[in-house]
This record gives sequence, C-alpha cells and structure tokens, in this order.
Amino acid sequence: MNRIERSLTGIEENDPGNPKFLIRNLQFYYEEVQALFDINLDIFPQKVTALIGPSGCGKSTFLRCLNRMNDLISGARAQGEVLLDGENILSRQLDVVSLRRRIGMVFQKPNPFPKSIFENVAYGLRITGVKDKAYMAAHVEKSLKLAALWDEVKDRLHAPATSLSGGQQQRLCIARALAVEPEVLLMDEPASALDPIATLKIEELIHELKQKYTIVIVTHNMQQAARVSDTTAFFCMGKLIEVNSTDIMFTRPKDKQTEDYITGRFG
Amino acid sequence: MKSIQSRLLKQKIMFGLFRSAAWLNGLAVLVVIYFIAARGLSAISFEFLTAMPLDSMTKGGILPCIIGTFGLSVGAVLFALPVGIATAVYLNEYAKPGKLVDFIRFAISNLAGVPSIVFGLFGLAFFCIMLHMGVSLLAGALTLGVMSLPVIIGASEEALKAVPRTYREASMGIGATQWQTIYRVVVPAALPGILTGTILALSRAAGETAPIMFTGAVFFTPELPRSIMSEVMALPYHIYVLATSGLDIEQTRPMQYGTSLVLIALVLGMNLFAIILRQKLRKKLNL
Repeated sequence: MNRIERSLTGIEENDPGNPKFLIRNLQFYYEEVQALFDINLDIFPQKVTALIGPSGCGKSTFLRCLNRMNDLISGARAQGEVLLDGENILSRQLDVVSLRRRIGMVFQKPNPFPKSIFENVAYGLRITGVKDKAYMAAHVEKSLKLAALWDEVKDRLHAPATSLSGGQQQRLCIARALAVEPEVLLMDEPASALDPIATLKIEELIHELKQKYTIVIVTHNMQQAARVSDTTAFFCMGKLIEVNSTDIMFTRPKDKQTEDYITGRFG
Repeated sequence: MKSIQSRLLKQKIMFGLFRSAAWLNGLAVLVVIYFIAARGLSAISFEFLTAMPLDSMTKGGILPCIIGTFGLSVGAVLFALPVGIATAVYLNEYAKPGKLVDFIRFAISNLAGVPSIVFGLFGLAFFCIMLHMGVSLLAGALTLGVMSLPVIIGASEEALKAVPRTYREASMGIGATQWQTIYRVVVPAALPGILTGTILALSRAAGETAPIMFTGAVFFTPELPRSIMSEVMALPYHIYVLATSGLDIEQTRPMQYGTSLVLIALVLGMNLFAIILRQKLRKKLNL
C-alpha cells in the first residue's frame, strides 16, 4: 500500500511526524522459500504498531528484519530497503551490534539469563564495558522502574531471575532491553505465555513506554492489538494486506481478508 | 485380541527383566569394591599412603604413585578442558557447515576409537621424542589429555546444544557480540554439563596404564617429582608392575589390592569434587 492510499484511509489524520522506519519493497527468503513479499510500511515514533495475522504469515519474520535478528539463521536473506532514520539497515556495511543497541527486543517466552535479577539488567551495560558500580546500580534501578518492576524486586535484586513469576520475568526482560537505552522496542508476542493479569500489566507498561519509544508488537490477540496499538498492520501469507490506524482497522477494515481475520472467521 | 491379563503379565515380565539389568549394574560396582577392599584393606596404613616404596617396592608406601596419578590426571584435564571447550564452541556456535567441519567431526569420532596403547606409542613418538619432552609428567599428561579430548568435546557439544536458543537471541538482541554472548551467557549456562563430561574423562585418565607407560610413568623413582619434566610413578602402572614383574608377586598381593583401593578412592574423590562443583554451579545458575 502506498502513501497516497494510506492518506486516503486517514492514517495521517493527525500528522505523526517523520517515520522512524521506512520499509520499501522488502522481500525475505529462507533459502529458496520466500517468506515476505514486497512489504511497504512506515512505522512512526512514539506510536505502537501492532502486527497481526495468522500463524506463519511472516509477521515475526518481518519484526526480526527490523533488528537483523534473522542474520542468526543460516540461509536467510533480505532484499529491499529498511530505512531507520533514513539509513538502510539491510546494508552489508552496517554494524549490526550498534544497530541492536538502538533496537531492543522482547521475546515470546520470558528468557532471562540464568543470572541474578540485577545481573540480567546490568548485562547490557557490562558488555559495553561499564565498570562504575554506582552508575551501574543507578542505571539498573532506573531500568527496573521504567519496566514497572522495581517495587517488586528492590529487596531481592541478587535473587535468581528464575525465582520471579512469568509476568515479572517478562518485565525483567523489558528492563534488560531498556537498560541500553534503545530508541525502538520490538515485542514478539510478549504476553502470549502470560496469564491475564500479567498480560494487563505488560499492556499498561506498553502504554507508558510509548511516550518515549517506538514500539512494534506482534500479537495473536486481537483485543490486545485493539487495546495497545495506534496502527495495525495485517499480514497474510507473507504479504502485508492492510495497514491502518487501529480504530479504523477494527471498525471499518477495507479488505475482506482483514475483516474475516479480525472477526475470527479464519486464522 | 489378547486378554488384558496376558498383556499385563507381559508388562510385568519385561519390567522385571529391565529392572534386574539395572540392579546388576549396582551389584557389579559393589562386588568390585568388596573384593578389592577385602583383599587390600589390610595393606592400607598411614605409612602406606605417605611413605616411599622400600626394598624394591615390596615394602613401604605408594606416595609417589598417588602424587604421580594425581598430577597426570589433573594435567590431562588442564590441557584437554580448554582445548575441548574451544573445539566444542567452534563446532557448535559458529562453524559454517561444510567439508572442513565434517572432517573435524570425523577426526574426533575416530580419535575416540583409537586404542589406548596406540595413544601411548603416539605420545612416545610425538611428545617424548619429537618435542624432546622425554619421559615426563608433562608428556604423560598431554598424552592422556589427547585421549580424553573426544569425551570432553562430545559432552561439551551436548551441553552447548542444551542451552536455549533464546538466551543467545536475548544477548545478541541487546547488542552483545557473538563472542560476548558465548563467553558471558552460553558457556556459563553449559558449564555444569561440560563438567559432567570432564568427570568421566578424568576418571578414565586416572585409571589408564597404556598411554602413560611409555610417556610419563616409570617402574620406580627414588624421589618425588620435582617438576613437570620429572618422571613419575603412577597407581595403575604400579599395580601392573607389582602384579606382573615385581620382586615377590605373591607377597605383595595385599599391596596390589591396597594400591587398587587407593586408585578407586582417588577417582571417586576427584569425581565427588567435580560433582559438588557442578551442584554449586547449578545452584548459582538456578537451573
């Protein structure tokens, strides 16, 4: 979908400023199998963009193009352009390590390291060579507060991360990602392994965090997409079918497939 | 269709057979320990453990053998553990699949199948003669180390495979380099499993005779080893010598069994140390 069409659908109603990501003609292959077909999408700062679609539709693959996480898979390759603040991050010359510092990622299942709560958050600082203990402690506290976890763990920072509940572990993973002060937060079904109360906490957190970060979230949960996101993009069979402001998407979808998916007729 | 009774009976019989197989193992260990303890316990004394051999090894103690075997097996692990972990990390974490990697794997599995006496001859030719180490603690330990490598590499690879992929993704996702990810997250998480393999390798190394008898161990030394270039005595070789070519084979039977008992105790002791270390690590990692 191009810019003109999108402005017709009203997505630029209240001018969102320059896009953080500008994705143009993105194709993606696992070996010979094409997983993404000609994706064009703008992702705006201080907004939550939800990626929805049936399993295997390519939304996670797409998310992982945004921080080059697919590099870890042998035989995976991308074509086209993914511009982050105007710079093509698919370029071979790009320093992937510094790219990933700018783009935090939270995964489907909480995956804290087998270390203490403190060390999990401190990890991102340690790998940059931070040694100053006072700075480290202050920074860990700040990150845990940002992730709304501080009050629950401040008395047991040196307990193992695995002693936390699933929801707490996921917020710890968010704190870990925030500790390196990224600009973007990618979330791959961050609440799918959590109970409803923990899910609610994560959603409230997303709402807080979007003041500061660009957030892209993959979700299987339509209500969640409707609750947390500003823009929703619907993927199907590796293609971006429709993108629109979440309000419009969930009330007046343009595409038949989108409507069927949102209303639960397939997927 | 068979009746439920006959199917249940079949289950009972098969479970019984399998259970006996398992019990047989436990029994075998007990029988071995019993026979050796019954025959060797009388030889064990403070002097036996702390004195030098006397009167052409028919009297006195086995201190140099204890020190020699301890030195040889610890030395073997000191060499084989870093090399083994490095190899496993390369193969499992970042080697690009291809002919070279296939060849390395083929070489490792063949290394595991080489008889220990061949390692002994290899050690003699390579370490002792070609590298001018002579018959020494160092040459013996290196020979044992090379022999232990396949076990340590195998166990390390398994342990690395068991580390969840999501740990690696989380680390890389924060902007860690692959080396930082391996060094700070993956290897620490795999360490308990790696240690298990090391325990196995250490036990085998301590009990081997063939690889050390040309490379590190000698019949008799009048003094304790002074450096890693010294020749050493070793428990398994000492048993072999006393039992086959000692001055008085019959009279030294209790010493032979006593030495065996000490060897078993040493191996169990080193295993126990490694097991405790592993438990501590697991607890620290909270696995």
